[in-house]
Amino acid sequence: MHRLAWLRRLWRISTGRFGLIVVAVVLIAAVVSIFWTPFDPRDVDIANRWGYPGWPHLLGTDGNGRDILSLLMAGARTTVYVAVGAGVVATVIGIAFAALGALTARWVRESVAVFIDVLIAFPVLIIAMMISAVWGGSLGVVIWSVGIGFGVNIARVTRPELRRVLHSEFVLAGKASGLSPAQNLWRHLLPNVAPVFIVQLSWSMAVAVLAEAGLSYLGFGAPVTDPSWGLLLADVQRYIGIHPLSVVWPGLTITLTVLGLNLVGDALREATDPTLSRGRDPLAPPRGAIRHVPEVVS
Amino acid sequence: MGLSVTDLTIDIAGRRVVDGVSFDVPDGARVGIIGESGSGKSLTALAIMGLLPEEATAGGSIRWNDRELLGLSDRELAGVRGDEIGIVFQEPQTALNPIRTVGRQIAEPIRIHEGASRKEAWARAVKAAERMLLPDPERIVKRYPHQLSGGQRQRVAIAMALVGRPRLLIADEPTTALDVTIQAEILELLRDLVDDAGMSLVFITHDLAVLSQIAEFGVVLEHGKVVESAPVATLLTSPSSPVTQGLLRDATATLWRPEGVS
Amino acid sequence: MTRYALTRLALLLVGLLVASLLIFFTLRVLPGDVAQLIAGTQGSPEQVAAIRERLGLDRPLWEQYFEWIGGVLRGDLGTSLVNGRSVGAELVQKAQVTVPLGLMSLLIALVFAVPLGVLSAVRRRRGAGTAMSVGAQTLAAVPVVWAGMMLVIVFAVWLGWLPAQGFPRTGWSTPWLAIRSLLLPAITIGIVEGAMLLRFVRSATMQAIGQDYVRTAAAKGLTKNQALLRHGLPNVGLSIITVLGLQVAGIIVGAVVIEQLFTLPGIGRMLVADVGGRDLVKVQGELLVLTGFVLIIGFLVDLVHRVLDPRQREAA
Repeated sequence: MHRLAWLRRLWRISTGRFGLIVVAVVLIAAVVSIFWTPFDPRDVDIANRWGYPGWPHLLGTDGNGRDILSLLMAGARTTVYVAVGAGVVATVIGIAFAALGALTARWVRESVAVFIDVLIAFPVLIIAMMISAVWGGSLGVVIWSVGIGFGVNIARVTRPELRRVLHSEFVLAGKASGLSPAQNLWRHLLPNVAPVFIVQLSWSMAVAVLAEAGLSYLGFGAPVTDPSWGLLLADVQRYIGIHPLSVVWPGLTITLTVLGLNLVGDALREATDPTLSRGRDPLAPPRGAIRHVPEVVS
Repeated sequence: MGLSVTDLTIDIAGRRVVDGVSFDVPDGARVGIIGESGSGKSLTALAIMGLLPEEATAGGSIRWNDRELLGLSDRELAGVRGDEIGIVFQEPQTALNPIRTVGRQIAEPIRIHEGASRKEAWARAVKAAERMLLPDPERIVKRYPHQLSGGQRQRVAIAMALVGRPRLLIADEPTTALDVTIQAEILELLRDLVDDAGMSLVFITHDLAVLSQIAEFGVVLEHGKVVESAPVATLLTSPSSPVTQGLLRDATATLWRPEGVS
Repeated sequence: MTRYALTRLALLLVGLLVASLLIFFTLRVLPGDVAQLIAGTQGSPEQVAAIRERLGLDRPLWEQYFEWIGGVLRGDLGTSLVNGRSVGAELVQKAQVTVPLGLMSLLIALVFAVPLGVLSAVRRRRGAGTAMSVGAQTLAAVPVVWAGMMLVIVFAVWLGWLPAQGFPRTGWSTPWLAIRSLLLPAITIGIVEGAMLLRFVRSATMQAIGQDYVRTAAAKGLTKNQALLRHGLPNVGLSIITVLGLQVAGIIVGAVVIEQLFTLPGIGRMLVADVGGRDLVKVQGELLVLTGFVLIIGFLVDLVHRVLDPRQREAA
């Protein structure tokens, strides 16, 4: 099926492979943790606190004797939830704005452009703060801030693509041969816009993971009752002097996950568009992100 | 004396793109290298200058004034470039640094090789611009490349190549990217300059008509190999290789006169 | 040139206006009764009403907005709902920590990213180049908080060279102590933001290496490295300027988190506290200042780039 050809190509790129494996591991851990973890992540066991990796605690224990591996597995659930949620929001907002910017009257287009440019100046964190100030922190805040922050970016990137294809000959020919606008859209627009879009999506998920970590650490993300990698980081901070190893694991997990998603995004870009002849400067990192992820030529 | 290329081979990523090319350019001679695109002409020129891309490896021998160039360090080759051998490239558009004035770029070889002061070098750059028949030389040297026309940019490129007074000039398709009307002017300019200074010239092109106006001797390349090498007159009147015959057919489509043939 | 500058200035002002509208109305319009929040769950309806009147929250929204903006234009960002202090004064005080932190981070990011980025591009065929690129990509995936923690473990806990927390009470009157307490935070932000910049520099340099004019420069008598340095890099530098604005935004975000980790009394930490404490007037002012700053930096960077690039300098 040619629609999955890009997936096959992705697999062949070794960094893409690594990224996919990492993402798969996180997904599996999240799903498995719903049913089973080595220990109950909330089990406090003071006698065994600050344990080193080994049996039965494969990654050791934190200052309260909780099993780190179980904590990380449970935290994966939150990560996946946030990443997917942010991805969905970013998609909807991105497409909405892109469509607004490409399909409507001139004055709407111009104002949307200005609006987007201003929104881009708002880093994701700032948006999160704004929402938290009134609604209080929550995972929803994380999802919506990343969604808006990156959605605007997606809009900015896909709008020129959208316009380009809209005015291209294929679409005009399609209209002439009597296709309904929806069919036209499906057949011509999507295959051209999709690659750029999918790449942005994977990067936005990487940013979502980082955002969750940072915001939960600050107290504006996951509620204390939820398992979260960011909260875990905040938790183990006080043990920096006593048991530094417990600090290593959560951060390492976050780094690997973000790296994995970034690599998938990079590899996707290579796999779906080897000639980087897109409208915008491929060297400009996307803006408005907690940590903007660079698109780099090689 | 002069340039002597023997059994030059160039490999890129395992593929042999230039295979056993040999030709001589005695002092004061004007040799043309001609072939279709992809025949290895430009790579040969780059190999002489030591400017092959990193992925390429060269073998064989390139002797310049009894000195073997292949295998020299980049530093030693840099001493030869611009000072003893100059080169003009095909695309005047991209060959110039967009954020430096034209005058400064022309002056650069003088400052590199002769250690001249900025004032001296600038004065010579103005003179060079004059010699290149650029309009209003005093003012044009203060301009930036994007403010000049294609033909003017190419004149600047030639000035940059010649200002260091090299003994050999390599011109890699210098007129191909220019307007037809300008092509003749540039060719005439090159001929004049080379004659005046008594330099040797290696002229690379795909157009036999152009070659006939400037070179005395022609080396025909195909797929990186020399298929024929003879005086230009012979190439025009009785070519032995089918490649040359093909080139001749292409060239007779345009008007030409066998000038510049001694 | 001046026409361009004026257009950009107009756009900047529009941007600031839109930003202020966004901030104000998001904070006011989102569900959640501000007066109730301040009065707390035990507040009686009379108390809530009193607070609402005192803050002018019973007046129409647009009136409140214009009153705020009017104040901002006069330099008055309002007074805190919680401790009654002037927002502007607090910002100025905390800026003493955040601004030097930001500058140090930027400096460290540049010093880290530019040489290594160029080097990794020049050595791109040998292992070192790809190793640097992979390393930078990994570093860019690190959450800045964690990077800070790891650095604290190494430099404060194990080696004891630098303090793990805090800013001297004596402030900048003891400059060396102040710098010492900002060093580790600045290094953290610097290398994490720098990692991203490194990949950009590497990419831009690789482009420059392939440029024709770099080859021409070598053909005139420079070594390949000299040609790259003298002709390619200035062009790379120009493109770095365009991403400088983004770097600044990233540094601001990093500072918010890092000030929390290192308990530095800066604007970021204050913002976090105010958001948690629902001190809306302060949050409003702080957010406006921060986004305004980002917008202004973007504007300045634009102008500088335009001035430095002769291709854009004059009217056609």
